[in-house]
Amino acid sequence: MKRIQLSYKYINLFITIFLFIALFAVGSGLYTGFFSAQVLLNMLIDNAFLIITSIGMTFVLIIGGIDISIGSVIALVCMLSAYLLEMQHWSPFIVIPAMLLMGSLFGLAQGSFIHFFNIQPFIVTLAGMFLARGLCYVISIDTIMITDPFYQQVATYRIPLPFETFISISVLIAGVLVLAALYLINYTKFGRTVYAIGGNAQSAMLMGLPVGRTKVLVYAFNGFCSALAGIVFSFYMLSGYGLHAVGLEMDAIASAVIGGTPLTGGVGFVTGTVFGVLIQGVIQTLIMFQGTLSSWWTKIAIAFLLCIFIVLQRIIIARKERTKAIA
Amino acid sequence: MDIKNIWNRLKSSQLCWPLAALCIVLLFNLFFTKDFFSIEIKDGHLYGVTIDILNRATPLMLLAIGMTLVIATKGIDISVGSVIAISGAVAASLIGGKLEYVDGVQKLVTLVPMPVAILVALLATTLLGMWNGLLISRVGIQPIVATLILLVAGRGIAQLITQGQIITIYYKPFQYIGTGYLLGLPFSLFIVAVVFAVTLYAVRKTALGMFIESIGINPVASKFAGISVSKYIFSVYAFSGLCAGIAGLIICSNVSSADGNNAGLFIELDAILAVSLGGNSLDGGRFSLVGSLIGALVIQSITTTIYAIGVPPEITLVVKSVVVILICLLQSANFRKIVFAKWAHKGGISDEKNTAKL
Repeated sequence: MKRIQLSYKYINLFITIFLFIALFAVGSGLYTGFFSAQVLLNMLIDNAFLIITSIGMTFVLIIGGIDISIGSVIALVCMLSAYLLEMQHWSPFIVIPAMLLMGSLFGLAQGSFIHFFNIQPFIVTLAGMFLARGLCYVISIDTIMITDPFYQQVATYRIPLPFETFISISVLIAGVLVLAALYLINYTKFGRTVYAIGGNAQSAMLMGLPVGRTKVLVYAFNGFCSALAGIVFSFYMLSGYGLHAVGLEMDAIASAVIGGTPLTGGVGFVTGTVFGVLIQGVIQTLIMFQGTLSSWWTKIAIAFLLCIFIVLQRIIIARKERTKAIA
Repeated sequence: MDIKNIWNRLKSSQLCWPLAALCIVLLFNLFFTKDFFSIEIKDGHLYGVTIDILNRATPLMLLAIGMTLVIATKGIDISVGSVIAISGAVAASLIGGKLEYVDGVQKLVTLVPMPVAILVALLATTLLGMWNGLLISRVGIQPIVATLILLVAGRGIAQLITQGQIITIYYKPFQYIGTGYLLGLPFSLFIVAVVFAVTLYAVRKTALGMFIESIGINPVASKFAGISVSKYIFSVYAFSGLCAGIAGLIICSNVSSADGNNAGLFIELDAILAVSLGGNSLDGGRFSLVGSLIGALVIQSITTTIYAIGVPPEITLVVKSVVVILICLLQSANFRKIVFAKWAHKGGISDEKNTAKL
């Protein structure tokens, strides 16, 4: 009995990993030069910011919430750091911690509104989205290029790996965050409370778990992740612009959902989310290698996958409920 | 009925807060914006800032009508922006974007007759709405997730239809939808009026409105009471798709072009905002269509005001977000309890019904 329950819980995760491998195999079979370690690593390099922000989103989704402000927060971090570095000539070693702090406080504020005033997460983060995006335009409506030598260096630095491959510093940051998130969600009291809230907030509270504090902290953590993603994104783009990362929140939600985190809360995997991002990366790479398909096919393909996964999750849940009802 | 009675009824009405918000915005304009309320007649058309607000708010009003019903069933539809893009793309690609001259005079050419193009576009968007409805009512997916799929795919589909181009429509009669005037008023206002009147009749003169509210409050109980819940949920999303389709035609006609990338970008958020500004709870249940229309007008008035008083347009979003937060706070029972605790004590306002769940 225990074995069956386990497979129910992890089935989404396995499907995601399997799909990633399958897509990569298809690419390798179709195109020469696809099957290489560097192509794989390039997916990580190009999507490091998405991995970082999707991890924060996974936590929010596990507690049954949602945060649609992350794309705007990333844009704001890019814009503000570009402004502080270029116009105010601040040191990057002050700018980066300041941005992380700002992101965390932004998330903390949103979480507090959601918890203390009992307003729907969707609406609070919608307001947060407007606010962050608007603040970008208040700073500047034009692109600000980042010419700071430290940023330039970090952006272009390649960490050499065996077999003549390389990764960027962004990938390293994302890797550290993934490990930290895995530890946080699997081995700490905080992580268990996060799952408990998503399962049933009321019973979690009756069990004496710190529901309110955890909820607010999860949003703060997500804010921190968005800010970190914003910094990585500014390494990637080397500019601040008000229209950076438009719609990224939907990509992050899609990654988490494809990775086996349903929006109903209670279940979710950091590893799955990483693979969710990688699947989107593989689709992008496939379309790039194909050459004749335009980039909007990416969106359609991702939506199609998203649809299949969600329907699959529904079927699994429905089956589980039925077996429960029979038992 | 004496004055006190009327005052009490107004105070308890759902429209009290939205109207107050609209009045504040308009009052602000009375003092700070020059010629805000002046209306001129030029070539038999009415011109003025207020007319402009009404005209520009029409797509949002249409979306708000559809979204109100969706939200009343405790759902949400975040795909309307993409549906708008698809509607415009379908109409534009069917009407065609070729500019032809005969003896130096622009010739009006279409690939298919305009009524057919419009019908196909509306049919397509209704089908998209049905797709949402199917996922939500039959498959049982959360509304926000189901419509997320179309949100992501929709812009891709719109670009597929327009082949990644911005299609310009040179066909003059099509421009009438968004920029034409009828009886001195913008034509698009009449479209809104018709959609609004039909919807209002359907939900207030038949049992439809009551069923929708009942589903929003408790779908399980509604089902036991004999309401075919999934049928109504399905229809509500189909209707939202239709409304978004009409809004898409107006937007497309207004700028005489279809842009798969930018048409209706973020408008779904404005639509949800309009509904909640109209005093409708996002938890479903009792709804007010008039409130949503007022909400849409408030949003457009704020936007126009910001432009009119010379504040840089980029601050629009910041102001909007502050307004959303303030309105949400006022609607939050917890906030009222904390801030107005003394008043509530004195006045004996009972907030027990709204006591927070957690």
